[in-house]
Amino acid sequence: MEENTSKLGTEVVDTEEPLDKNVRLMSPTMMVVRRFFRSKLSIVGLIMVIGLFIFSFAGPEIYDQWGEIELDESGKTEYAIAETTYEVNGVKYTLRQTTEKELKDNFLAPPSEEHILGTDNEGYDIFVRLMYGGRISLTVSFLAVFLITLLGVFLGGIAGFFGGWIDNVIMRLCDVLMCLPGIPILLIISTILDASDIDAKYRIYLLMTYLTFISWPGTARLVRGQILSLREQEYMVAAEAMGYSTGRKIFKHLVPNVMPQLIVQMSLSLGSMILYEATLSYLNLGVKAPYAAWGTMINIISTNQDILQNHLNVWVPAGVCIVIAVLGFNFVGDGLRDALDPKARR
Amino acid sequence: MFKYILKRLVQSVFILIGVSMIIYFLIRLMPVDFIQDKINAINQGGATVSQETVDAMYQMYGLGDDSFMGILGGYFSWLTALFQFDLGTSFVYGIPVADVIVQHMGISFAISLIATIFEFMIAIPLGITAATHQYSFRDYLVTILVMIGISLPSFFFGNMLKDFLALKLGLFPASGLIDATASYTGVELLIDYARHVFIPILTIVILSIGARMRMTRTNMLEVMNSDYIRTARAKGCEENVVINKHAFRNTLIPLVTSMAGLIPSLFSGAIITEQVFDLPGIGNVALDAMNRGDIPFIMGYNMFLAVLSVLGVLLADLMYGIVDPRVKLE
Repeated sequence: MEENTSKLGTEVVDTEEPLDKNVRLMSPTMMVVRRFFRSKLSIVGLIMVIGLFIFSFAGPEIYDQWGEIELDESGKTEYAIAETTYEVNGVKYTLRQTTEKELKDNFLAPPSEEHILGTDNEGYDIFVRLMYGGRISLTVSFLAVFLITLLGVFLGGIAGFFGGWIDNVIMRLCDVLMCLPGIPILLIISTILDASDIDAKYRIYLLMTYLTFISWPGTARLVRGQILSLREQEYMVAAEAMGYSTGRKIFKHLVPNVMPQLIVQMSLSLGSMILYEATLSYLNLGVKAPYAAWGTMINIISTNQDILQNHLNVWVPAGVCIVIAVLGFNFVGDGLRDALDPKARR
Repeated sequence: MFKYILKRLVQSVFILIGVSMIIYFLIRLMPVDFIQDKINAINQGGATVSQETVDAMYQMYGLGDDSFMGILGGYFSWLTALFQFDLGTSFVYGIPVADVIVQHMGISFAISLIATIFEFMIAIPLGITAATHQYSFRDYLVTILVMIGISLPSFFFGNMLKDFLALKLGLFPASGLIDATASYTGVELLIDYARHVFIPILTIVILSIGARMRMTRTNMLEVMNSDYIRTARAKGCEENVVINKHAFRNTLIPLVTSMAGLIPSLFSGAIITEQVFDLPGIGNVALDAMNRGDIPFIMGYNMFLAVLSVLGVLLADLMYGIVDPRVKLE
């Protein structure tokens, strides 16, 4: 009997064309990838993000004329012209006195072959500092988003799965943390860091770590909400019947189903973390001179009107980099949201 | 309804106690001699911090006693003062912190309010056209433009506008709130104010339009797919009527709710924008105070912000119950 059916089966396949010749089989992941690449905006976003990564991480290896904290000491001659007017017998004379001053550092140099974007007010090469600043911004925001997601998934998962008093405690903690003002709290923390001598290089990492401690509630709420609705699904009853351990149920059966929303949230929060880092550095709380960060490079204009007005090459490129990074991550996040949403098919 | 409000108010008090614990814990992390250094620096900077003020602060926070009971006692004495609206005396200004906040929050409120009105006036029509012409050129153009707006850092964009409109073209004053050299009165004074706040408000509006527009667009799309829109079209309503009467009125629910939640936050001040344009708003004052180590002010300002955001959440939830008859508050 069994042999018969199998024979019948092969005959059917032989006479008709095999199914997978005219129907292309696609896994759900493939479908998401295809939908993602169908949108031009997501491709543009991806190119922007990848381009910045190459620029920041491979850039300093390729273009190594200048270092991050290497001063251009080729010297600069500064001319100061003083005018004095006086009158002799009704005729006006103007005396122009030019003083020449030799300075050690070649600061505020205009863009040239030697310095692609010129030098800043200290004499550092701006183009190279953009690359190093990108390293800091991208690394810090990736670390922060990773930590936020880790904390959020863990605490949100526990809250959603167990419910009861555990849920209550975690959710009230979320309520409290969500009422903490972001930048002002970081201003206090930064004062504390000032009090305990922290190496200027690691300051921003510490600051962003504190930021993750107050930023996880958003992710936790998302995960908890999803798990509350997924918990009622049939496959969870099946998992229960199989006698799986709690950890396996949460992290193997529930969390993977939250992944789509989580990925979207992560790519969008990458953009906001870059903005956070830049703002902190702009307020001179994050990366401090002589080290470079995009925000730090713009910080100079808050005290120096001359650079704001006359030396656009010092601060505009850093701002453009921030915009490209944030815009890139936002485009990618948006594209992912549309690609992952089964309702948004067209 | 009354019971619900009462329950939420009690909840809010507990949230605020939680916030106050975290903020108090933060200040206890500061070494005492560091605080003394900061006070000395303020003294050298011209202002005088009287010993009484300092002593009062030490007593209020229970500083100097690092035993467990000392910290606990310090927290409760601070909390008691907090419930009596006593936030201590500001080091830099030499007057009670609450007074400093009240003095400067009006300016921030006025600027934020005008900016918010413009934001809603521009964002809502944009969101509606984007939604009704989904996937068209218009939709993409609006989406891309507002995305750029969302991605601009406020300090960068504010400085660009300041450099271009104020310093290069000279159309508007670059910083401050009034022209100190001229003494205007009446209408002229009003025009002077308007000229000073034009670029800051433009900055805030362009940066915040995106989120509001996208929110309108999403809600509008959701409503446009519902059955009663199809019914309206089937019975022969004009497209204009369908969009403005049937669809838009239903997208108002989340808009009104978020507007209610926004009101308290208008008082909190835009730290970065106010700093860039040197406006005497609460955000700029707070930033200055923090840079100079004015600890009573930092603490007071943070508590003030926490109260505002608790109020915002509360108002939004209540408003939701009022405007949406399907929601029953329990």
